[in-house]
Amino acid sequence: MDLKFSIKEEEFRAEVRGFLDEKLPERLSEKVRLGQGLTKAEMEEWHAILNHRGWLAGNWPAQYGGAEWNAVQRHIFEEETTSAHAPRIVPFGLAMLGPVLQAFGSDAQKAHYLPRILNGDDWWCQGYSEPGAGSDLASLKTRAVREADHYIVNGQKTWTTLGQYANMIFCLVRTDTECKPQAGISFLLIDMKTPGITVRPIRLLDGSIEVNEVFFDDVKVPVENLVGEENKGWTYAKFLLTHERTNIAGVGFSNAALVALKQVARLQMSGGKPMIENPHFAARIARVEIDLMAMATTNLRVISAAARGQAPGAESSMLKVKGTVIRQEINDLTRRVMGPYAVPFTSEALEEGDNREPVGPQQAATAAPQYFNNRKLSIFGGSNEIQRTIITKAILQL
Amino acid sequence: MDFNLTEERQMLQDSLRRFLGDKYNTENRNGFIASERGFSPDVWHELAELGMIGALFDAADGGFGGAGFDLAVLFEELGRAGAVDPLLETGVLAGGLLAALGNGVQKTLLGEVIAGSVQLALAHGEPAARYDLNFVETSAQESGDGWVLNGHKAVVLNGGAANKLIVSARSSGAVGGDDGISLFLVDAKSAGIERRSYGTLTGGHSADIRFNDCKLPADALLGQAGGALPALETAHARAILAICAEALGAMETAKDLTIEYLKTRQQFGRPIGKFQVLQHRMADVLIEIEQARSAVINAAGHLEDGDRDLHISAAKNLIGRVGRQVAEEAIQLHGGIGMTQEYDLAHFAKRIVLIDHLFGDTDHHLERFIALGAA
Ligand SMILES: Cc1cc2nc3c(=O)[nH]c(=O)nc-3n(C[C@H](O)[C@H](O)[C@H](O)COP(=O)(O)OP(=O)(O)OC[C@H]3O[C@@H](n4cnc5c(N)ncnc54)[C@H](O)[C@@H]3O)c2cc1C
Repeated sequence: MDLKFSIKEEEFRAEVRGFLDEKLPERLSEKVRLGQGLTKAEMEEWHAILNHRGWLAGNWPAQYGGAEWNAVQRHIFEEETTSAHAPRIVPFGLAMLGPVLQAFGSDAQKAHYLPRILNGDDWWCQGYSEPGAGSDLASLKTRAVREADHYIVNGQKTWTTLGQYANMIFCLVRTDTECKPQAGISFLLIDMKTPGITVRPIRLLDGSIEVNEVFFDDVKVPVENLVGEENKGWTYAKFLLTHERTNIAGVGFSNAALVALKQVARLQMSGGKPMIENPHFAARIARVEIDLMAMATTNLRVISAAARGQAPGAESSMLKVKGTVIRQEINDLTRRVMGPYAVPFTSEALEEGDNREPVGPQQAATAAPQYFNNRKLSIFGGSNEIQRTIITKAILQL
Repeated sequence: MDFNLTEERQMLQDSLRRFLGDKYNTENRNGFIASERGFSPDVWHELAELGMIGALFDAADGGFGGAGFDLAVLFEELGRAGAVDPLLETGVLAGGLLAALGNGVQKTLLGEVIAGSVQLALAHGEPAARYDLNFVETSAQESGDGWVLNGHKAVVLNGGAANKLIVSARSSGAVGGDDGISLFLVDAKSAGIERRSYGTLTGGHSADIRFNDCKLPADALLGQAGGALPALETAHARAILAICAEALGAMETAKDLTIEYLKTRQQFGRPIGKFQVLQHRMADVLIEIEQARSAVINAAGHLEDGDRDLHISAAKNLIGRVGRQVAEEAIQLHGGIGMTQEYDLAHFAKRIVLIDHLFGDTDHHLERFIALGAA
């Protein structure tokens, strides 16, 4: 047992920190710190800065232009970037599609798409969920029928995150209806500008627009856009899930949010004293901090096993459940600490070019919206109920 | 012992439920919230015509209700429908203070309140006050035969639409002291008033209001100079009862929507309501909502007696806890749909949670309950 990082790992941390000091624009980190949404251009700006340093794709092999970090290095990078309030890396191309193409894509697909992901030429979104297929993803109905050298796609995807920015979507589609649902699914890459595609934004309960419905009406997709083999899409999707679930604990996000919470709690007053000295509120903060400290180590235990080559299995379900509950609890406290100032909804304060003095404390405008928005954490990426079922089956074997 | 509503209150409940059921659906509500004042002036006037504002006042003040169970019945229905009309602000808070403290001339305004032709707001909370009622820094200085106000009032509910404000200010004593708080009835457009109004996540327009050497005549004073705290406490006790009942109604709707969804949403070839883990979660939701109902009944039943504050704080604490659970479970069990503005649940979940930010949250009322010596 040794809880310390190695000297080499600490050197890596120092390198990341130095880079962030120098290259992370304060304009961006300030927005992230205040919980404000970033524009498409701002997200792309940060991607370009990382790409220039060769650090955009920490999880990719060097041969594809990745940094080829192991799990511990990726964790350190995550810790440092979140605590510096760097924008998060948009995961769809980098964390999700990239590894799938590297493992199952054709040479032509790899040569074409991978550099475009790194250079920001393509913005990918994930087309899995459908109105009738959420937790039960294998029941998806969007149909792709082969006609000569094309597939004709009909159906609907939904909850497509940042689909409004995307020019490309990777989809799970049904190519065979005669078999077990999982065995008739294929993995298809679709250009969003193809005729027959309509994107409709969905407004979430915090007022934000981050998800969309995507409709497919006789959309012609060239067969070379099929990834791997027809009807093997479910296998690729499951492979992708293991990547989607790295860093699923969100320890870095929670740490950053906890630091921000304590800052606010020092400034918000109650009965002439800062909230951080209020015994009830201090106890609430302490409880979640204790949970987070343990979570950080649980996370490192899984990561350290992964760095030795053991693929995380049901452990990642554990990280997802506890990690999201902790993040949501911190969001709850951040809303709580604002007191009456959680009530105003000054959406214009979140928009570019609004120079009016904010209403109430600086983070107040985003506290309640962020609390409501992050209810999603326990719903997407496999809901927490589904994760518990996985734990029940795979670990408890009940 | 009788837990049934009187015939009059049953009629009040029935007619309000019918009326609001007619006026409110997700699209209308979102439209009202996005409109100029954050609620619908038409619905407001119809509520007045139905006598719903009058139901908040007793006969001596031109109304026909005003008791704890009148508030409870009425606000539960508002909550159930997800109504965004400012009955709390104009009726219970500011209207209640006007009825309690106003002199003959000042009280003529009550007729307009009950008729629905005026909007009021209580400008009391301040940036550093959080939930403490006696924390008033805004100052009122006597000058000649009038008063001069200076200070900053925070998140004045309905402050955007109000024509008249009731403003609290300290005319003597130290900040945080119980004595020395005075109330003033002020035209919202008076010179020396700067209003920044804004929407909220759940409707209505609130405002931060600054008083910069705002000069008032002597007859603006409402009640005794320096002696307003007990009336403020009573008005807030009534307001807390009202929003607890509102939260209860909203929780009932959130529960009903979720049960309906569990029955209809199919995944893995069956309605998700067949999964036992979800069934048990809903059973807990039901148990907790029944607890909330009893807490509201306790608060309403003791509104006029010596145990008022104890029951008010008990209800507000319990409903803060239960409300969070109900809102979060309702969203979670809906999955993605529960996260969308277009679906009815969103408004109810947000309202239930934000009610914890009004007039003292669950921790504030836990502390107060302990301080009242009951624990
Ligand atoms: C903000 C947001 C962003 C998203 N982004 C994307 C995206 O980019 N791309 C994409 O493809 N998808 C995306 N999703 C979709 C997400 O993956 C689904 O919401 C999720 O899979 C749940 O599906 P559902 O919403 O249909 O809920 P349902 O599956 O209908 O579930 C409803 C409730 O039933 C429970 N439940 C379901 N089955 C069981 C069971 N067997 N046992 C116990 N409980 C069960 C669930 O846990 C949940 O509480 C996003 C969702 C959200 C909210």
